[in-house]
Amino acid sequence: MSNKKSYAGIIATGAIIGAIAVILVVLGNPKNMGFCIACFLRDIAGATKLHSAGIVQYFRPEIVGLVIGSMAMALIGKEFSPKGGSAPVTRFFLGAFVMIGALVFLGCPLRMVLRLGGGDLNALVGLAGFAAGILVGIFFLNKGFSLKRTYKLPTSEGFTFPGILVLLFLLFLTVPTLFAFSQKGPGSMHAPIIAALIAGLVVGAVCQKSRMCMVAGIRDLVLFKDWKLLLGFVTIIITALIGNLITNNFHLGFSGQPIAHSVHLWNFMGMLIVGLGSVLLGGCPLRQLILTGEGNTDSAVTVLGYIVGAAFAHNFGLAGAAASAESIGGPSISGKIAVMIGLAVMLVIAAMNVAKSKKNA
Amino acid sequence: MANREIVDARGLSCPQPVLMTKKALESSKNNNFEVIVDNATAKENVTRFACNAGYRVKVTQDGEDYRLVLDK
Repeated sequence: MSNKKSYAGIIATGAIIGAIAVILVVLGNPKNMGFCIACFLRDIAGATKLHSAGIVQYFRPEIVGLVIGSMAMALIGKEFSPKGGSAPVTRFFLGAFVMIGALVFLGCPLRMVLRLGGGDLNALVGLAGFAAGILVGIFFLNKGFSLKRTYKLPTSEGFTFPGILVLLFLLFLTVPTLFAFSQKGPGSMHAPIIAALIAGLVVGAVCQKSRMCMVAGIRDLVLFKDWKLLLGFVTIIITALIGNLITNNFHLGFSGQPIAHSVHLWNFMGMLIVGLGSVLLGGCPLRQLILTGEGNTDSAVTVLGYIVGAAFAHNFGLAGAAASAESIGGPSISGKIAVMIGLAVMLVIAAMNVAKSKKNA
Repeated sequence: MANREIVDARGLSCPQPVLMTKKALESSKNNNFEVIVDNATAKENVTRFACNAGYRVKVTQDGEDYRLVLDK
């Protein structure tokens, strides 16, 4: 296993994600939202009526594809390994607050990168917050932060989440009236089901193989001077940029950006808690879906936390509003308070899991 | 062989196995380590880190675990 090979793998993965994201937009997904794990899980939370925000309800097949694509690749590579037990409840709540931060900014780290590739400079502010959050997380990692070890679990446990997800997807295909679907807004904009599913499967498979992770790119560079995963991050931006230029979807600036707002402080703060929470969780939302496919039940619990966080974000009006002709958008007062509560909860969790692990080290 | 230092990172996911390896390499005068991990990502990351730090890495699979012998 050579370094060169793994570098080539991560660059190829970045190029595939960037290209597929641009294609999904051409096929109907909202702009700069070829992929967005936070947005798609929020839409699924809406489709399953966990919240009733009419503009963000759709059963996104990309999510099903990502988990199953990863699972197929893991099974082929003999890396499917059901395990869990590393602070699942803590992970659930970290996931919920990561989701609230992402929805205040309006995108997970992957969409942040795609927004950069679309010329949305608000994402640059988000990136600054994301990097700041990662640095805070690294501070705790260096102090000995750990959510402790996982344990091997029965095979059936590893298949449960992917299995239920597929079951829901089959219900969506066969009895769509069970679910809620947006008539307007981002939830109403989507690529054809089969294209979205295939896109998810391909990206899930290549991400499993290459270990692509948005948060680990910056984290590993700071911690270990390891550029590998950051190369993937940068490749997505470059590929999306080229694709957006070709498809005439590139618009440089802060204003008039699709599903975005320019309330800088809260773009920064939203992504700060996404960065911090994701370091504590050990990976970005995309990576948690991939690990779920590999049988990691802690990641599955984290994904459930994301979904519940999304439901809270919309039931309590915490998510940022996109800017429009009438409004500058951004989060409500409740949204801002939720971000600050999230930050406080994360800092307490980080501090509480430092002392004990020091003794073990 | 006898004074090989063991880093047991089983059950942990990255970056912790790499952090533990880094700490061990930095804090010990020993040039001979064995890192035990139980997932392929950690195996790859520890290998990449140790290679970059100038170590030779030999990986053997032991059931579900990977044993990485580091020396220079």
